[in-house]
Amino acid sequence: MALFNRQPIAPLEYTRKLWMRSWLGATLLFLYAPLILLMVFSFNDSKRNVVWKGFTFKYYEKAFANESLVEAMVNSLTIALLATVFSVILGALAGVMLWRFRFPMKSAVEGVMSLPIIVPEICLGVAMLIFFARMDWPTGLPWPLNLSAITIAHITFCFPFVAMVVRSRMASFNREQEEAAKDLGASEWQTFRDILLPHMRPGLIAGALLSFTLSLDDFVITFFTSGPDTITFPVKVYSMVRFSVTPEVNAASTILIILTIVLTAVALKLQGVKGIAETH
Amino acid sequence: MAGPLQDWRQHKRPFAAIVSAPIFWLVLFFLVPMGIVWLYSFGQNVGPAAIEITGTLDNYKRATEWLYLSIFLKSLAVAALVTFICLIVGFPVAMAITFATEKWRPWLLLAIMLPFWTNLLIRTYALMMLMGQNGYANKGLGAMWDGASWLRTLVGLQPLEAWTPVQLLYNNFAVVLGLVYVHLPFMVLPLYSALDRLDKSLIEASLDLGAGHFRTLMKIVVPLAGSGIAAGVMITLIPALGAYLTPDLMGGTDSQMIANVIERQFKRANDWPFGAALSFLLIYAMFALVALQSLRGSRAKVGAH
Repeated sequence: MALFNRQPIAPLEYTRKLWMRSWLGATLLFLYAPLILLMVFSFNDSKRNVVWKGFTFKYYEKAFANESLVEAMVNSLTIALLATVFSVILGALAGVMLWRFRFPMKSAVEGVMSLPIIVPEICLGVAMLIFFARMDWPTGLPWPLNLSAITIAHITFCFPFVAMVVRSRMASFNREQEEAAKDLGASEWQTFRDILLPHMRPGLIAGALLSFTLSLDDFVITFFTSGPDTITFPVKVYSMVRFSVTPEVNAASTILIILTIVLTAVALKLQGVKGIAETH
Repeated sequence: MAGPLQDWRQHKRPFAAIVSAPIFWLVLFFLVPMGIVWLYSFGQNVGPAAIEITGTLDNYKRATEWLYLSIFLKSLAVAALVTFICLIVGFPVAMAITFATEKWRPWLLLAIMLPFWTNLLIRTYALMMLMGQNGYANKGLGAMWDGASWLRTLVGLQPLEAWTPVQLLYNNFAVVLGLVYVHLPFMVLPLYSALDRLDKSLIEASLDLGAGHFRTLMKIVVPLAGSGIAAGVMITLIPALGAYLTPDLMGGTDSQMIANVIERQFKRANDWPFGAALSFLLIYAMFALVALQSLRGSRAKVGAH
């Protein structure tokens, strides 16, 4: 094994030192062990969740038969999709605005743009609750219009992230390409579509994946903007955990973890492992 | 090389087309809601569902009473402790990733980022399952206890009493552990990006000149990675200070943090003006932390010249 037959450790090869490896291994164990246990026990044929009693899909069947849980999942995915589309458009525009133009009060605009990212979630949630109550935002609309308040709240905290990603992507753009296109007779819109947009694409993909996960993940802000008939998956799981811990929650959580892994795999496929490492 | 910035006056039409939508959104769905909260913090309840903005400072006065001030200070202390633990745990991890081989490095980074993308609620729930009265953490401790008991019989001592499961959840310890679990990736990523930018030959020079690894770490690596450490501290400290879910689900009656108090004003106590005042105090605290950070940053820059 490579463990025994190897070169002596060079001074800077810290990662090859045993205590460093153990530390890294222990940290990864700490991060992953609870998640892996949760996934394993979703297949456990026991209500009490602690002793292994045999393999079963029972709780997956139960989770899929639980109408309110499925509805919450559908709501969450719908909101995430809508929020991603709007956030990518708004974020791309904002990113280009900050990258391209000089205008009065630019640093103030930049500061305000980063506020939704740094303001504590609870404060943004409270603000959305008061805002929609004050505006008398219509409730009881048919699906999916009843999700509008939550979607709006999600777009507000997602699109600044997209703007940041797009802006840093645009920093590597060569302006001469744009000038060349214009010299050759392209209009402002044609230049944007054929020159700027292709360069922006990796940033847009990264921003879209980021928005989707942020939206799907959000509990606190949604908790304040959701009503009795607009439950999202995290809000539903929260109430299930609050009142009783059942293997059904494990099954539903496992599905969401697998969805996260699939999304990560998509990102890997699109950008390569290095690309992902660089966007964060 | 990116060209110079365009002046908005010379490109009024594209500028207007690009700027209007994001600015409109930011104003209507962020600044206006925040402004309403700010106004409410100077208001008072005049009926079951009516709030009048009277310009009163009573909400802020009440927020500075010891009961609320102590919760505020406690939240700050918990967030600081969590940040400190994340730094101690995360620094060697970031070092290990930085000095890993080309092939391994991106995968290790991905391994740190994957839990960060996983739903916060699910991660908290997973940890709760592990730490429950019959969970594996308790079982592990029980096995260690039995092992110790067996060792005692080996040397002729009386065995220990039978292991009774301890309450690991619903206390301050659980809140700190839960917050560390959730925020560790926040700390590792900025630390890694700072260490990655560091000129490795400086470390080699220090080691060549006879400094030990620990001395090199303290005198070379830590000062040079200072900005990354500061960024990691802020990125961990700010969300930990405003944490709601972890203290709510994993904490006991005495471990509520400021976000839980704010939530109660809106969902149960129905005292929106007071909740609004507490929210803005939390935002001001966050502003103060950010200002402190940028002050430190600019001083470091001045010092470098």
